[in-house]
Amino acid sequence: MTNQEKSWKEIPPAGVCWKPSTEYLTGDWKTYKPVRDPAKCTRCTFCVIFCPDGAIHWDAQKEDIEFDYNFCKGCGICANECPTDAIEMTIE
Amino acid sequence: MKRIIKQEVLAFNGDEAVAYAAKQSDVDVVAAYPVTPQTIIVEKFSEYVANGEVDTEFVCVESEHSAMTACVTASATGARTFTATAAPGLALMHEMLYVASGCRTPVIMAVANRALSAPLNIHCDHSDSMGQRDSGWIQIYAENSQEAYDSVIQAFRTAEHPKILLPEMVCLDGFTLSHTLENVSVLPDNVVKDFVGARQLPQVMGHERRSVPFRLDPENPVSIGPIALPDYYFEFKRQQEEAMKNSLEVIREIHEEYAKTSGRSYGDGLTESYRLEDAETAIVCLGSTAGTVKSVVDGLRTNGVNAGLLRIRTFRPLPVKEIARTLESLKAVAVMDRSMSFGGHGGPVFQEIRHLLYEASEHPHVVNYIYGLGGRDTNPPQIQKIYEDRKRGIQTGKVENPVRYVDLRE
Repeated sequence: MTNQEKSWKEIPPAGVCWKPSTEYLTGDWKTYKPVRDPAKCTRCTFCVIFCPDGAIHWDAQKEDIEFDYNFCKGCGICANECPTDAIEMTIE
Repeated sequence: MKRIIKQEVLAFNGDEAVAYAAKQSDVDVVAAYPVTPQTIIVEKFSEYVANGEVDTEFVCVESEHSAMTACVTASATGARTFTATAAPGLALMHEMLYVASGCRTPVIMAVANRALSAPLNIHCDHSDSMGQRDSGWIQIYAENSQEAYDSVIQAFRTAEHPKILLPEMVCLDGFTLSHTLENVSVLPDNVVKDFVGARQLPQVMGHERRSVPFRLDPENPVSIGPIALPDYYFEFKRQQEEAMKNSLEVIREIHEEYAKTSGRSYGDGLTESYRLEDAETAIVCLGSTAGTVKSVVDGLRTNGVNAGLLRIRTFRPLPVKEIARTLESLKAVAVMDRSMSFGGHGGPVFQEIRHLLYEASEHPHVVNYIYGLGGRDTNPPQIQKIYEDRKRGIQTGKVENPVRYVDLRE
């Protein structure tokens, strides 16, 4: 919580969302952060498919995987599913 | 001043009076499940639907939990919504009652007050609605079927007021009112329709960052009440409290406007004082018991006893200042509770009344009388005994046992 949060007089009633959910950065919930070793990674994209938050993307231009830490909650599914153990969960 | 409108007198029990009021109030959706002693309300209303007398979507659901869920979602689309229930049904709705108030959906619900199991009992007490007093619903307690009829019509206006947006219960005593035939004056259909009007929707800021009407609408999408974490949940609850407090004035205004049309009023819509001006002792109660108390007060007055009554019509929000102002100068107050708060210090009405007098300049003796549980008859001799008991209290100046039971076999 920061001082920039709105008061009860400023927000709409009934829990109406006044901004898109993508502005709510759920990435700050995480304790463990996935860190990938590009040398071990085969770009199989299992992690992209398994990520329950859509926080891992395939960047077509770079032809590589990209983590979006703003939305990664640190669940560790990617590290668990990675067939080459290229992802390590490290304390943030 | 507006002329009082000529009205037809119909023979209705309380449930029929409520159904008739809902019929006249241009309701869009009714979702309900039958339960004694409310059943007549939805039974009657479903007849209106079957006969084509109303243009209402009637949703037959599989439980009261579903009934309230359907009502919340219908109301969130901007529809005028009505339902009815009683004890076990109200208890089953518990979870969704908070969703209704949290989503600020102005659902109107008649509650035919009934005792909660176990042991099974279908008769009147206030355990059911008192158990939901913290659910964020406005609660009105009617003294008779006429008031139940009038209160349902007023409820739509109060609840749907763009500055209030709170669900509202109109409580009527099971059997005593719900199943007892009474003369009920009814307003003409067009007068009620004009009085309730069309539902007005406030504008809210949606997630597309533009002001949109407060309703679920694919053309102007909003999300209502999906989630709020520790950073915002508290603020939303504070808003509900503000709406509750603001509704005191709105209830009073709408009650007054209705009185000008119908010629009927119930105190100021919040509380009703009966012969309290020079009273020494007052009974405080809710619902149909007030009728019995009034007749006892009249009898005592002819014998020179300065007895009076304060009936609380609006229990949520509680008109704290008004009640304190009325009671503080009295010598003795007897609070009648038709439900128990097991392990607490007296019944729920007593807790409120004694508590609000703490800040008053003077403190009358306040004693709690728990009565009529499971439909035990409440008759004039019992009420008379309460006044006598309080008179003895004034004489001795002591309150040794502040929580007492009326007509209970010891």
